[in-house]
Amino acid sequence: MHVPDGFINAPVSAAAGVVAAGAVAVSLRGARRELDERTAPLAGLVAAFIFAVQMLNFPVAAGTSGHLLGGALAAILVGPFTGVLCVSVVLLMQGILFADGGLTALGVNVTDMAIVTTVVSYAVFRTLVKVLPRKRSSVTVASFAAALLSVPAAAVAFTLIYAVGGTTDIAISKVATAMVGVHVLIGVGEAVITALTVGAVIAVRPDLVYGARGLQQRLKLRVNGELVDAPAATAPAPARSSHRKVWITGLVTSLVLAGFVSFYASASPDGLEKVAKDKGIDAKAKAHASEDSPLAGYGVKDVSDARLSGGLAGVIGVGVTVVAGTGVFWAVRRRRPADTSPASVPEGV
Amino acid sequence: MGAGHAHKLYVHGHSPVHALPPHTKLAATLAFVVVVVSTPREAMWAFALYAVLLAVVAHRARVPAGVLLRRLLIEVPFVAFAVLMPFVAEGERVDVLGLSLSVDGLWGAWNVLAKGTLGVAASVLLASTTGLRELLLGLQRLRLPPLLVQIASFMIRYGDVITDEMRRMRIARESRGFEASGVRHWGVLAKSAGALFIRSYERGERVHLAMVSRGYAGSMPVIDEVTASRAQWSYALALPFAALAVCLLGWTL
Repeated sequence: MHVPDGFINAPVSAAAGVVAAGAVAVSLRGARRELDERTAPLAGLVAAFIFAVQMLNFPVAAGTSGHLLGGALAAILVGPFTGVLCVSVVLLMQGILFADGGLTALGVNVTDMAIVTTVVSYAVFRTLVKVLPRKRSSVTVASFAAALLSVPAAAVAFTLIYAVGGTTDIAISKVATAMVGVHVLIGVGEAVITALTVGAVIAVRPDLVYGARGLQQRLKLRVNGELVDAPAATAPAPARSSHRKVWITGLVTSLVLAGFVSFYASASPDGLEKVAKDKGIDAKAKAHASEDSPLAGYGVKDVSDARLSGGLAGVIGVGVTVVAGTGVFWAVRRRRPADTSPASVPEGV
Repeated sequence: MGAGHAHKLYVHGHSPVHALPPHTKLAATLAFVVVVVSTPREAMWAFALYAVLLAVVAHRARVPAGVLLRRLLIEVPFVAFAVLMPFVAEGERVDVLGLSLSVDGLWGAWNVLAKGTLGVAASVLLASTTGLRELLLGLQRLRLPPLLVQIASFMIRYGDVITDEMRRMRIARESRGFEASGVRHWGVLAKSAGALFIRSYERGERVHLAMVSRGYAGSMPVIDEVTASRAQWSYALALPFAALAVCLLGWTL
């Protein structure tokens, strides 16, 4: 799914680059909270892990095989901010070193594959973990669902970016059908592998799974034959509050995404109606003129459909995303100085 | 570490292009690709000129044409997509060899093919004339956040180590008679991936402790600040400026 140069036009690539840069900046701050000063080596090693695990082939059937994309896995194992960072660094290095994905399309690639997958999967994961009973198996179930949704979500995000800045006039409904259709299948594979991998890590080192931190049992002391809660260590308090904030952020983001998609879906007939009213004669004449070509019948209808609905949905969608993104950015930045300075001082000593 | 001092895409040499400071090369490559992407697709001759410019750079860098062309194969998946475009795109249609193709789709396919190929070629040239360490120094010099550069450098440094670990696990599996042939074996592979994650994470913790014991306090010391003279900048930026001239011609003609 690496987007090459020239696929998305320059202004939209630049806008995606700004979005990606903002999200990476937020993640840099967030990752410091998740990992404090261990960020550089740990995030680097996890990025190396993602890079390596993308080369691990999972045979599907009769010679075909797939591999992990890793966004959901990274978010669940090391947390959303570190996850975004790791996948972004992997994409950056793939772009510069291996020419995999265009340099100007780096913003699009990071937005699509690092940010959307990680945020969506972590929002789904967090919501499910809150809803499901506090058991290890529910973490596996939640990671399955998270990975399952993250891949088609990336495909939808790509389709929206394409709707706004695609260089070729392909009906957006066709792009959406092809992208989402293929990626739902990929998502199933991703989900199975992610769930199995998370399960394998939980079985050995449950403390390493960021998404399962809330599941650890409280330490109990037996005092005079009664079980008493041990005095809580200082560390969990900031972690818990951060979880809640991330959870709420994720929920809001997913709500925005959902509204986004439903608007997009309902916009198509709307656009069609409008065009039929405005340019009815025009469209009919065109349809007649090129009737001999096989695809012409619904092609013309789709053009108007794509132009209006796709463009409109895209512009409004980007607006909403930018507003939401700025909101998140502000919320995170406002809290930061108050949050970290007391927490990080004792860690450093 | 196990990675050695050069990556496998690097073509060792002592050409003037190799000798340029890395950040000038990075800036030049990025500027070149931006210029290429913003060229109108109708100006076909402009893309030929860009290709000539890149060929001149490759000649200057003494990167063999065969190496360059072989590395271009990475874009085969996009080519497949581009070939589909004329069939699915909208707009007026034209008959070519009995097939009804969309004019806009043909332009789109050409657009992606030309710009994508030039972008890949530019990146390949950059990677084959710049060592890993230099590349990271260049990124740092271009004001990429230091933490991001550190993460990238750890990823690069340990990428081969982790990949080797994965290879050893595969050999261990295979020497016990395991052969992955279908979905039924995903459990075993996923357990390997999980073990790989735990090993990577624990290695990260050990690396961190080793760094702390050597005085690491959150930032890496900069011991070799790369600088570029004005002559080096102008030499490196000759490529994007030549491309910019072509691009402006493409817009006006």
